[in-house]
Amino acid sequence: MNEDVVLQVKSVNKSFGGVKAVDNVSFDVFKGEILGIIGPNGSGKTTLVNLITGFVKADSGTVLAEGKKLTGLAPDKIAGLGVVRTFQIPRPYHSLSAIKNLVVPLYSSRIMRTVGGKLGDRDTVALDILEEIGFERDAHVPYKLASAFSEGYLKRLELARCLALRPHVIIMDELFSGLSVSEIAAMIPMVERLQMNGITILMVEHRVRELFQIANRVMVMNFGEKIAEDIPEKIIKSEIVKQAYLGVT
Amino acid sequence: MLERRKERLDRGIKVRTEGIYAISSWRGIAYALLPTFSFVVGMLIIPLVVPSMTWQRIMTISCIFALLALSFDFLAHFVGIICLGGAFFTGVGGYISGVLNSAFGLPMVITIPIATIAGGAICTLFLLPCLPIRGIYFAIVSLMYPLLFARVIQALELFGGTDGLPGLATFPNIWVELYFIIPMTLILTFGLRRLVNEDFGIVLRAIKDNDQAVRASNINIAWYKTKAVFIASAIGCFAGACLAHLYGWVGLSLFALDFSIFPIAATVVGGAGTLVGPILGAFILAPLSEMLRAFGPLRVVFYSLILAGLVVFKTEGLVPFLQRKYHQFERWTEI
Repeated sequence: MNEDVVLQVKSVNKSFGGVKAVDNVSFDVFKGEILGIIGPNGSGKTTLVNLITGFVKADSGTVLAEGKKLTGLAPDKIAGLGVVRTFQIPRPYHSLSAIKNLVVPLYSSRIMRTVGGKLGDRDTVALDILEEIGFERDAHVPYKLASAFSEGYLKRLELARCLALRPHVIIMDELFSGLSVSEIAAMIPMVERLQMNGITILMVEHRVRELFQIANRVMVMNFGEKIAEDIPEKIIKSEIVKQAYLGVT
Repeated sequence: MLERRKERLDRGIKVRTEGIYAISSWRGIAYALLPTFSFVVGMLIIPLVVPSMTWQRIMTISCIFALLALSFDFLAHFVGIICLGGAFFTGVGGYISGVLNSAFGLPMVITIPIATIAGGAICTLFLLPCLPIRGIYFAIVSLMYPLLFARVIQALELFGGTDGLPGLATFPNIWVELYFIIPMTLILTFGLRRLVNEDFGIVLRAIKDNDQAVRASNINIAWYKTKAVFIASAIGCFAGACLAHLYGWVGLSLFALDFSIFPIAATVVGGAGTLVGPILGAFILAPLSEMLRAFGPLRVVFYSLILAGLVVFKTEGLVPFLQRKYHQFERWTEI
């Protein structure tokens, strides 16, 4: 096995009733890259994310992270191995402030173990992470309740929650959906900075144009199957992808 | 015609005394401490101002209900578990305390702590398999256990069967009773309020808001829920053990449905999610129910009407209402 492979998905299958949501999909994710996953609605992208992170149990196939088997582990255990995810629809803790939202991952066993001791001031660490992800430190923003935030901030909060876990791999489930062009423009440098910090990123995305700016490789899914995997320039020209997206024959 | 609406604004002093700034003036300190101070002092002088022994006894019973309401409010509004296990907790706590006292002759100072810890553990163990189920389903299961236990005790003639265990140790006098239970209620209320603002409590509140996101944060939600249920059931068992020693008797009535339903009413009247609210609610509803005894059979009718009225016209509950009046002023503005 290649040492640079961080995440290895081997022929995973998942059916919901008679529908094959994910059909025999295999791929490798290399250390430090951004792998984009695109595909029409209902092509099984989110199910694939759920399979990797343990929220849905695979019918067959295995997922390995740096040689450790993820299949069959509970979601919290998988997050503990450094493979974390964002949710397509942000899942903040509405009754808590942005800072306290981050105290939750900072209280996890992964962080307590790696940091050691009691991590006395979780609020300060939370503030640092929020600043990194674009919450103004001196304003009241980090102290506002999560229920008061706009979609753009909620998406950032999702990302901040992942960062707080000090991950190796972040799986972003449609991070850009529901955001304005300017909000996406502000997010792209953040994602690139994460990559520079050595985090491997898997981006499931509908905003193809923005994704192609930053992705190193792109994988295309249709009806639960992987139909293409290549560098963005070749994917754009690929006939099979045009067919899947536009229905032209 | 001019249309008007009511405008609510924070009082200047509220804004000036937020957080650490409260200590900048004596007035600020007084403003910040007054609500807590009056609640604590009020609770402590209640036994001195009520007219008779009977009323003092009603106050201790109110305290028992207040503890159950506290445990309900903690689980429902800070962990997101709707638990109707009040009767289960009082029954288990009461019977453990009663059996230890009557069969082994252990004194109260030992039976009550044992009943609290062991009872909490037993209740948690029984509720453990139901923790993955949510909302009303958990409530149904927690409501079934007291019925089940009461029938098992009745059918197998365990622990005195239907007669119960009489002749348990009681508190030496009403003052010991009052000044043991009231301070304990205060300690538990403020202890829980502290807990839900600590990092541990933050995780519990996060589970209430969104359990999937907590799982994605490398936190085992089942383990945290177990700890929360243990805290709540230990409080309930403590109430049950105290009740057993108040009456000097344990029986099937410790599993009565009142102990499950009353806490909900007290929480609604006092204000959900405030922890202090359920205590006030219990101290309003339990005495009210006693006062209405004058009406004889119509007691429940009046009680229900008052309760319905409170719920319909003051839905927010007493404590949020008082907080609003304390921190904000209202005025009519033209729109």
